[in-house]
Amino acid sequence: MVARIIRCATAALLFSFALGVSAQAQNGPITLASTTSTENSGLLGAILPQFTAETGIPVRVVAVGTGAALNIGRQGDADILLVHARSDEDAFVTAGYGAYRRDVMFNDFVIVGPRDDPANISGMQDASRALTRMAETGSTFVSRGDDSGTHKAELRLWAETDIDPQSASGGWYKESGSGMGATLNTAAGLGAYTLTDRGTWLSFRNRGDMEILLEGDPPLFNPYGVLLVNPKRHPHIRADDAEKLVTWLTSSTGQAAIAAFRVDGHQLFFPNAE
Amino acid sequence: MSAPQSILPLEIRRLVFESGDTRLLHDIDVTLSAGRRTIILGPNGAGKSLLLRLCHGLLKPTSGEIIWRGAGTRSRVIRHQAMVFQRPVMLRRTAIGNILHTLRIRDVPRRERRERAEAALALAGLSHLANRPARLMSGGEQQRLALARAWVTEPEVLFLDEPTASLDPAATRTVESLVEGFHAAGTKIIMATHDLGQARRLADDIVFLHKGRLLEFTPASEFFENPQTPEARAFTQGELLW
Amino acid sequence: MDTFFHAFAEAGALLASLDADFLEIVGLSLRVSLSAVAIACLIGFPLGAAVALYKFPGRGVVSLLLNTFMGLPPVVVGLIVFLMLSRSGPLGVLGLLFTPTAMIIAQAILVTPIVAALTRQIVEDLWREYGDHLRSLNAGPIDTLGTLIYDARFSLATVVLAGFGRAIAEVGAVMIVGGNIDHATRVMTTAIALETSKGNLATALGLGIVLLVIALSVNATVQIVNNASARKAALA
Repeated sequence: MVARIIRCATAALLFSFALGVSAQAQNGPITLASTTSTENSGLLGAILPQFTAETGIPVRVVAVGTGAALNIGRQGDADILLVHARSDEDAFVTAGYGAYRRDVMFNDFVIVGPRDDPANISGMQDASRALTRMAETGSTFVSRGDDSGTHKAELRLWAETDIDPQSASGGWYKESGSGMGATLNTAAGLGAYTLTDRGTWLSFRNRGDMEILLEGDPPLFNPYGVLLVNPKRHPHIRADDAEKLVTWLTSSTGQAAIAAFRVDGHQLFFPNAE
Repeated sequence: MSAPQSILPLEIRRLVFESGDTRLLHDIDVTLSAGRRTIILGPNGAGKSLLLRLCHGLLKPTSGEIIWRGAGTRSRVIRHQAMVFQRPVMLRRTAIGNILHTLRIRDVPRRERRERAEAALALAGLSHLANRPARLMSGGEQQRLALARAWVTEPEVLFLDEPTASLDPAATRTVESLVEGFHAAGTKIIMATHDLGQARRLADDIVFLHKGRLLEFTPASEFFENPQTPEARAFTQGELLW
Repeated sequence: MDTFFHAFAEAGALLASLDADFLEIVGLSLRVSLSAVAIACLIGFPLGAAVALYKFPGRGVVSLLLNTFMGLPPVVVGLIVFLMLSRSGPLGVLGLLFTPTAMIIAQAILVTPIVAALTRQIVEDLWREYGDHLRSLNAGPIDTLGTLIYDARFSLATVVLAGFGRAIAEVGAVMIVGGNIDHATRVMTTAIALETSKGNLATALGLGIVLLVIALSVNATVQIVNNASARKAALA
């Protein structure tokens, strides 16, 4: 009796397993690897359903850091990428992993920190100088520390100073190695400063007593690019459908959808495809 | 109940069993034949249990031989034997479930199993307990179930290792009458006990063990009337305790 | 404290509203974890029993490994499965990455050692009790395995619950191999992680409370059924 049950159960499991496997192979949706900033802001959840309604192509979003997203693209586990690290994106295409890169939208980074502003950076214009002030006063700064677009932007700011924040890692400079939301949670918990994209900040619900203390400096400009994973390298890519998404994002419809996305009345992303 | 190819007589030659550095059985030599109820008698620690387990194949001898007639493989030979232990091993099922389990292991065709199980239960006087969880039965009932289980295997040889040691007199008598039933059906009985009264009641032959040695192998009447060795004499007078 | 209060309120609201998205996430959590546990038992019961019963060279090592792997870090398992199932990996052609099937595989790997190691101990103990009788019957290996596993069914039910607990609670493996994709691979634990990263702490905690309630219900059901059956069969 036991043997019979075992036989039936095994058969049932193998059958559903096989069903599962074959389903993936046929008419599945396209996979978009993007960053935690676009996911957490809610942008993708707002505009992608419009694309699906128009084209009938479902989009599955895997949200990881930019570095991880590019890696997923390299491995061929996604069809299309939406990230914000220009030099890495260009390298991706040059190395043959990406078919091409297109501009999509931009937003900006801001420095947020505790209302009482121990490093006294409020109102400053120069982000790099503000970071220097933090180092000088030993005020806690939480870094993404995860190879993401935000992290690389932060490192570019440090590069303009004389400071090597790595030497203080674990002290006033804390590398969370996490996504934007988790990093903001950490900063709020520590009463620390951090660099964040405006989109995530505006939809973040655990601000504690943090507020925007510095914005507008040109190096804080944050452009996003959309990349098609190279079908020559990974022939299984759903290239046709993925290209439809690229086209849509850079079309007037898609660009308008991006511009229309607001949180608390604020526009988070600014379309700039040509 | 003897198979077309009988496995008896059983010849035990120069059987030695050691555990670690201790020699527990010394040079046992004896031949056991069909038809006679053989009681292995002796005080505690004499090696009775060991001898049974060696004969049944649950233990391997250190040296010496256990030769069944027809000398087949162990699995062929053991199919003609059954064993009842001092503490009955009850599966976590009902009484009839225990017997059905044995029938299944012995590859008895499915449609015959229930009938044979019920017959065995009836023989053991356990029909009213067929659906009782075996582990909830009394010691005597469990031992009767163990015998019913052995019954359905139609054994040529039935080993019993002090089956009534923990039972009250009434239960003991019931078990003994079941053992008699096996004997009447042609099963060779090889039973270990330290109970003199039980040996007197049941034995045709006595194998008397003491401290791992076989001291006497005689027909029961002679043994009890005229034991040859001083140890046997002391034992039958209730004086030899180990 | 405010957050805790809101969390309970959120949990209550979620359970009462039976919101479609919420039910989808709960349904997927149960489907993934229950499937994983089923597979783990199919492999783990006979594996554990075999290690308990048969002497083979390296048996001690296998036992040691089973015990050790009970504590496999989920995120490590997730990473390994991710690399195996990636299109660039050995099993990439199956196209399983970022699907519930991948999550089931990862959790099955996590749960199997638990089932096998605990089964080994239970069967070992039971063999000590049944060994003489089964050997006296000259029961073959399959019959022996079947008898022991069946008779140990009540203890094994607890083992299954232990495996289920491990599966339903983990986030590291399913996050990596599933990708926490909305309407596709989002389960309760990854949803909690997401809400936390959005700063929606009360919602995250509320989901956590719901997860506990579900785990409690599963355990309670099994316990009730188990006790009733055990009483019937008198597991002494």
